Amino acid sequence: MRLELVKRPQQSVLFSALSPFIAFALMVVAGGLIFLALGKDPVDGLYAYFIGPLTEVWSLHELAIKAAPLILIAVGLSVCFLSSNWNIGAEGQFTIGAIVGSAIPLYFPDLQNAAVLPMMLVCGAIGGAAWAAIPAILKARFNTNEILTSLMLVYVAQLILDWLVRGPWRDPAAMSFPQAPAFHSWAIVPELMPMSGRANWGIVFAVIAAIAVWFMLARTLKGFEVKVIGQSPRAGRFGGFSTARTIVFAFLVSGALAGLAGIVEVSGAIGRLQPQISPGYGFAAIIVAFLGRLNPLGIVAAGFVLALSYLGGEAAQIEIGVTDKTVRAFQGMLLFFVLACDTLIHYRVRLVRPAPAAAPAAGPTPATEAAHGHG
Amino acid sequence: MGMAEAILLTIATAATPLLLAAIGELVVERSGVLNLGVEGMMLMGAVVAFGVALATGSAWIGVVAGALAGMAFSLLFGVLALTLVTNQVATGLALTLLGIGLSGMIGVAFVGQPGVKLEAISIPGLTELPLVGRLLFGQDPMFYISILLTAGVMWFLFRTRAGLTLRSVGDSHSSAHALGIKVIAIRYMAVMFGGACAGLAGAQLSLVYTTQWIENMTAGRGWIALALVVFASWRPWRVLAGAYLFGAITIAQLHIQATNLADLAGLPGPLYWLAGAVKSVPSQFLSALPYLATVVVLVLISRNRRLTMMNTPASLGRPFVPDR
Amino acid sequence: MRGLTKVFGTLRACDGVDLDIARGEIHALLGENGAGKSTLVKMLFGSLEPNAGEIRWNGEAVRIGSPSEARRLGIGMVFQHFSLFEALTAAENIALSLDARTPISTIAAKAQALSYSYGLPLDPYALVGDLSVGERQRIEIIRCLLQTPQLIILDEPTSVLTPQEADKLFETLERLRSEGKSILYISHRLEEVKRMCDRATVLRHGKVVGHCDPRQETASSLARMMVGSEVHAVVRTADTTGSADVLLRVDRLSRPPATPFSIPLRDVSLEVRAGEVIGIAGVAGNGQGEFFEAISGEVLQDRADAVTIRGKGAGREGITGRRRMGAAFVPEERLGHGAAPAMKLSENLLLSRHATDPGVYVGALGVIRHAAIAATAKRINQMMDVRKSAEDPAANALSGGNLQKFIIGRELDRQPAVMVVNQPTWGVDAGAAARIRQSLIELARSGSAVLVISQDLDELFEISDRIAVMHNGELSTPMSRAEATFEKVGLLMGGAEPGHVHHHDPAEVA
Repeated sequence: MRLELVKRPQQSVLFSALSPFIAFALMVVAGGLIFLALGKDPVDGLYAYFIGPLTEVWSLHELAIKAAPLILIAVGLSVCFLSSNWNIGAEGQFTIGAIVGSAIPLYFPDLQNAAVLPMMLVCGAIGGAAWAAIPAILKARFNTNEILTSLMLVYVAQLILDWLVRGPWRDPAAMSFPQAPAFHSWAIVPELMPMSGRANWGIVFAVIAAIAVWFMLARTLKGFEVKVIGQSPRAGRFGGFSTARTIVFAFLVSGALAGLAGIVEVSGAIGRLQPQISPGYGFAAIIVAFLGRLNPLGIVAAGFVLALSYLGGEAAQIEIGVTDKTVRAFQGMLLFFVLACDTLIHYRVRLVRPAPAAAPAAGPTPATEAAHGHG
Repeated sequence: MGMAEAILLTIATAATPLLLAAIGELVVERSGVLNLGVEGMMLMGAVVAFGVALATGSAWIGVVAGALAGMAFSLLFGVLALTLVTNQVATGLALTLLGIGLSGMIGVAFVGQPGVKLEAISIPGLTELPLVGRLLFGQDPMFYISILLTAGVMWFLFRTRAGLTLRSVGDSHSSAHALGIKVIAIRYMAVMFGGACAGLAGAQLSLVYTTQWIENMTAGRGWIALALVVFASWRPWRVLAGAYLFGAITIAQLHIQATNLADLAGLPGPLYWLAGAVKSVPSQFLSALPYLATVVVLVLISRNRRLTMMNTPASLGRPFVPDR
Repeated sequence: MRGLTKVFGTLRACDGVDLDIARGEIHALLGENGAGKSTLVKMLFGSLEPNAGEIRWNGEAVRIGSPSEARRLGIGMVFQHFSLFEALTAAENIALSLDARTPISTIAAKAQALSYSYGLPLDPYALVGDLSVGERQRIEIIRCLLQTPQLIILDEPTSVLTPQEADKLFETLERLRSEGKSILYISHRLEEVKRMCDRATVLRHGKVVGHCDPRQETASSLARMMVGSEVHAVVRTADTTGSADVLLRVDRLSRPPATPFSIPLRDVSLEVRAGEVIGIAGVAGNGQGEFFEAISGEVLQDRADAVTIRGKGAGREGITGRRRMGAAFVPEERLGHGAAPAMKLSENLLLSRHATDPGVYVGALGVIRHAAIAATAKRINQMMDVRKSAEDPAANALSGGNLQKFIIGRELDRQPAVMVVNQPTWGVDAGAAARIRQSLIELARSGSAVLVISQDLDELFEISDRIAVMHNGELSTPMSRAEATFEKVGLLMGGAEPGHVHHHDPAEVA
């Protein structure tokens, strides 16, 4: 027996819609098996992971807090991935965005008015875009592999943050804790409904960004340019589009959104700069982008799914005592299943028995024609 | 043992995991497959090798288990990227993310435990030789394995028929298929070899380099190995040179960080001033050196378009669906 | 060897095909593009698996599961799209198709000896990427002969050769026949089939429509069998341009090689006037693709006057700028250059038209106007008779001929003043080809300048008013139709000194 792929004449609309759901279902099954292997009750585990966090209002707020950066970053990544620019350094752009945005309240502590937060957000976006511009320009100018350069810059960005919060930006009042001073109230992203939980405007920014990028991709010539360069660069150049310009555009958009996510995270959920500001949002967003099938509206939904996995991990650790390291394993599996299910969109998969060793010596008539149908 | 000898030994220890992972990936890429999951496979190799060595008390069994774990893990990539023809870049990323997650999960129990060390070899009479004794005859077995593997890959690729077939698959899978070469089967074997090598590299980290399990202990070495393959323009001996260059950079920055300026008071004036200047650089910037060096090296190599175009396997990363 | 019968059928690429080949004969397999010839021989060579039917080899039923089994039986194949490896040497390429017992070290010497004995000299240590198309074919043939096959399959072997190179190939084939080998010769070129082949089998829509002795048939009777109906001959009205305006001028255009394997352009000059069709002949890989990119503006020139469109210097303009000046372009590759394969036809319309029709397809803020695009796509599909399975299918769901009709129609719909087409009918069925050629002539006669680059000499002689030849990045002076002959053009294609051909042409002396 072997697997055989048969190319579909047209993409399957059914599987385009279904594949993320099938992938999620497969992950739930695999997750149950992991809980079994860890000696826990799979039903309890899965409940704690995927249902429990949805049953309380405060926890829904936390969900929004975690979904916001994931959606912001993944929406930007969708522009990159659709144009075949493999920006996997969003974590670094997130970090630099957080640093540059934080510079405003740290260097101008006396500036305390309504202009501070918008300035921080803009600076965060600029910082992320600038960090993303490095791999973009290297790729556009020298054809340097953007996967490796963007990733290397993640480590560099994290080391810069580490240096800042332990060195020049350390809060003298925090004893020997490596952290920057807490932001003043003008520099904090306001909460949406402070009565019921911590969710802030970040999730609103994320949804606005998703709608804007969706419109750009689906309805405008710029979006067409991004897609055609990504699918078929030579045809794109024939259409008069520049590959180099598209590379820079895609990286700047995704860097800016990642940077925005970074500053929103530190000025919203955290409230100050510290050595650790992200539980791997920049990498989890890659999964979000694919789970959302690179469609910004799908990404909004996918962002909540991944956010749920973070919350679920914390809940499962508290409630049934499995390590929260399971979170990343679950997320990695999810991406695997998403990619495998996407095959169904382009191909029919069928099992084929190896042909019999000797062909039946049938007469020279097309009598055996009907023996094999069309998949 | 002299200072220079000690430094050379540590450079070899730092270079070996890079070399092991990169030489495996070189074979994978020569067959036309881009597996970006090296980091994940190394982590799986590291955690399994550590755990098995701990359980059995034998570092050698750990090494074998690490290689097998890397190989098994690479099969996941193979099934998706080769059989289900998923995007190789995305699948490689998935493998890395999954490897980070799974190894972290498996390794929870090992954090803080003292590991089993794979001891350096010792040949009476030879190891004690001055200058070269330790370097040539007194290192850990992984060092010798990495050198032998490099030589073996060189011989295999350019001196054997199977190696020629593998290179042909990387150059044009459709031509190879038309000639009746089993493209997918060859690629599976290459991917598994790459996985085993990455597993060995991980085992070296957890059984030789540090002798403990730390979450995410590869710290980007898998990615640097990928960069080394590009830097080496897919040639084994250049991978060897590149790995030692990066080993040297890593060790140099570690030595600078560890050295106490006061100990250097005896140096002549200008040198002392220079040492002082280097020491005034924050340690984080020194730690960033290997990553920055990777970027610089990639830029330098990609600027030479002719060289890259001539050497890049033409089918690299392209999906292949045989028509039957 | 006695006979070979084969029946199979699925997807109707090949539908119950019977075929037998005798020892020592050259058997032609005729059929249009898409008739199923390549599918049939791939099954014979074991690279495709038949769904039904059987193959008999020397009277015995065999199952050919892989090319290596085919080779073991004694079947060799020379592919149309060569199955060669550019990064490997000729000897390594040959080694890959021989069985594992042959030591690699001896292959180079063997190949060289064999190549000289057949008059096909070959350097075994040359990298295939550096070789010309003709030389590559030699490697394929030598590789095939080294396996001492009894049956040799040649798939469209002359489509990439000059007439003189083709003659040489025919000599080799005659010699192989005299050695008792059988040859299955696939072609859609009727003259050479009539000249060489002992028997012919004609395939249409995957079915055998007849067996015949080609020498007893006329070219037009063979064509009728292939196509199934009369193909409307292309009507070429007289060229009335005289001293009309030059709409496209290329002036001393040079271009360094862009990649290690590409051809530099050397001082190419050319003028195309309103109302005329100029054809550029040449063997594939002599700089035609590089020339097309330079004219289209996908690659810019240093001097603005290196390319002049309607009297204005265009050398510094990109492809969009040149389109706005009134030029239109159709590249050789349909999928991946002229069209994005996975995108719908309407999106592919936008690809080349988004900037030329200001405000029509793209409105304020860059918003795409889908309704206007759909209307134009419909108009083009009607004008060019594009047959498709859905309202707006993806480009790669169309057959080659239908997609090419769409791509040509997309540009014709603009009534361009200058039209540059590279390989207008490559791999296109006869009906679509005739329609495309006719539309190019009509465009010229309506006052546009048309430049056609093609490897197909028949096509160029059918539609061109003047013909020039590109060889090794240089372009000969165009000859008028009256002046040009197959021999002259062929010699130039083979590298005879451009401009001096009249004095050295043996045909003219004779």
